Amino acid sequence: METRELEEDRVLLRLNLGPQHPSTHGVFRAIVTLEGETIVDLEPVVGYLHRNHEKIYEHLQYPMIVPFTDRLDYLSAINNELGYVLAVEGALGIEVPERARVLRVLFSEFQRILYYQLFFGTLAMDLGATTPFLLAFRDRERGYDLMERVTGARLLYNYLRIGGLRNDVPDGWLRDLEAYLDYFEREAWPQYMDLLLRNEIFLLRTKEVGVLPSDLALAYGASGPVLRGSGIPRDLRKDDPYSGYENFQFEIPVGERGDSYDRCVVRLYEMLESIRIIRQALSRLPDGPVMGQLPRGLLKLPPGEYYQRVEAPSGELAYYLVSDGGPAPYRAKIRSPSFVHLQLMPHLCRGHKLADVIVILSSIFPVFGEVDR
Amino acid sequence: MQAALPPWLWNLIVAVVKPTLILAFIGLNALLLIWGERKVAARIQRRRGPEVVGGPWGVLQGIADGVKLFAKEDVMPARADRWVWSLAPSVVFVPAAMVFLVLPFGALGPSGPVLVMRDLENAVLYLMAVASFTALGIWMAGWGSNSKYSLLGAMRAISMLISYEVPLVLAVLGVVLAAGSLSVVDIVRAQESRWFIIPQFLGFLVFYAATLAELNRTPFDLVLGESEIVVGYATEYSGIRWSMFFFAEYGALVASSLVAANLFLGGWHGPFYPGVHWVLIKTYALVFLAIWIRWTLPRFRIDQVMDFGWKVLLPLSLLNLTATGAWMAVKA
Repeated sequence: METRELEEDRVLLRLNLGPQHPSTHGVFRAIVTLEGETIVDLEPVVGYLHRNHEKIYEHLQYPMIVPFTDRLDYLSAINNELGYVLAVEGALGIEVPERARVLRVLFSEFQRILYYQLFFGTLAMDLGATTPFLLAFRDRERGYDLMERVTGARLLYNYLRIGGLRNDVPDGWLRDLEAYLDYFEREAWPQYMDLLLRNEIFLLRTKEVGVLPSDLALAYGASGPVLRGSGIPRDLRKDDPYSGYENFQFEIPVGERGDSYDRCVVRLYEMLESIRIIRQALSRLPDGPVMGQLPRGLLKLPPGEYYQRVEAPSGELAYYLVSDGGPAPYRAKIRSPSFVHLQLMPHLCRGHKLADVIVILSSIFPVFGEVDR
Repeated sequence: MQAALPPWLWNLIVAVVKPTLILAFIGLNALLLIWGERKVAARIQRRRGPEVVGGPWGVLQGIADGVKLFAKEDVMPARADRWVWSLAPSVVFVPAAMVFLVLPFGALGPSGPVLVMRDLENAVLYLMAVASFTALGIWMAGWGSNSKYSLLGAMRAISMLISYEVPLVLAVLGVVLAAGSLSVVDIVRAQESRWFIIPQFLGFLVFYAATLAELNRTPFDLVLGESEIVVGYATEYSGIRWSMFFFAEYGALVASSLVAANLFLGGWHGPFYPGVHWVLIKTYALVFLAIWIRWTLPRFRIDQVMDFGWKVLLPLSLLNLTATGAWMAVKA
């Protein structure tokens, strides 16, 4: 953090926000220096949710790590699992059946929709509007019911396996999913837009607030909606496709100015693209097994280094595994997008008002299970 | 009856009965509005609202909340400014109650006696003066708490008071000009044939927006702004002291709706029903409107609130006043 000379005649106020504060998602703590209501500086403090994730991996056999990845960004468990199992499958050269590959895409995108629903809800909540939050939960509830019917869990699924999926979807489930998507696209999504995204006060609060220029976004390694909000159409599903994403047609929504509004609206439109991908997946879903053939005995990765990245809802999520040939990774490292995005906070907040901190934090939407690992 | 008693005894009785009536009215309203607001909010949010505690549809929720608040521990921050801190809830509450003193609740017949505690000749002036006292209490709470969140909330309250008091007064001045009197009773009488909301529609809009700001309700609730500064000036209060703020908030909500009903919506004038009914119908319609707005809109930022006050409401209220004045001059 750069040091700055503070002029003598300015009266500055140091304000601590968090780690327990009504609006800081999870356990974010920020030390804000204020002049009146204007932010002079902001220092993010992380680490309140540190659980030794990467160290624990070193003591677990490869299949045992999957449920732990759920707990990174606990809102996007499927995407986390997908990145990890792809890393191991790539290292071992395991063939995954086509049905499992398509279902993985389907679940990733469904998870993305549920993720952005929560984003929408908390965004409204942070702006002082409580009703959109409950609308988002109305729709999430149905979505989680669907997930529960397949996986037995509502938040942390432990559903993907190295080599495929734990189980196939139950009878009639795909039809219910389609009905849910129709409902969401026709009724809920337009409601979201009308209630919040086109609200005059919302526009006042988010436009030109927390502008992230595209060069700064690139320099800081931003990814996902934060980067796309700044106008850079970068999406790993297109740029570095995995699990068969190259066979799907979809657009990448991008923002224009890189302000909080763009970051929010990009996510809302990505929900529609996710619905498009799921519809394609439903139409081309082949029959067959959902679990591939694994090598016999303990899974051991050949000595070496393996890297796999996926487009999680929060951005570019990557697993870096080092193997010494044993049944557990020698070292594991997770590149979590929320952690990377959090370092943008001081740049985005300086010069804005105190209330804008909350909006900017909301528009970045860090999830602290992932930031602190 | 007045003649039969010595004057000092009569005055004493009046001095006890009137405040008791006001306090009872505020208390009843707060109890019902706690429940009512939660029910309305629940309808808006596709929930069912309070149902479990207290009678059919949970109507006694307010009492349950009250018992909970009374039973809570009274915590004072260690380094609070003792006197300022403990007086603040009363300073917020009392003006909200005093407002009711000059507001008519109805009239018995077209030319019969008016139900008003005191028909002051300069009632509007009194209203404006008393209502702005609330900000003093808020500032005392913010300063006395010795907490940064409270202080920020109180600073916002003061800056909002300055920017919204002016358009509020100017909007009311339009009504005063049209009625030719500062007495609320006379203003209501002047609306017998036509409510002031029709010629003074602009004034009504300005008045209502400024009232919401004065009441610290959404979209101007940044004094409380729970997502930024916890609950602003009330952060360090708990239990019964906090419920004083709560009572004051609902009291002020009803009071300002009553003011608007009397000044703009024709007070007790209306067909079929007696005047009292009309006053209450109009008042609670406005209360409902405020609740509706609160549960629908996000909140402004402090500088945007200032902009809105000075750059939108003030010119509008001046325009309204000028137009009213010109019209009065032409008519005269």
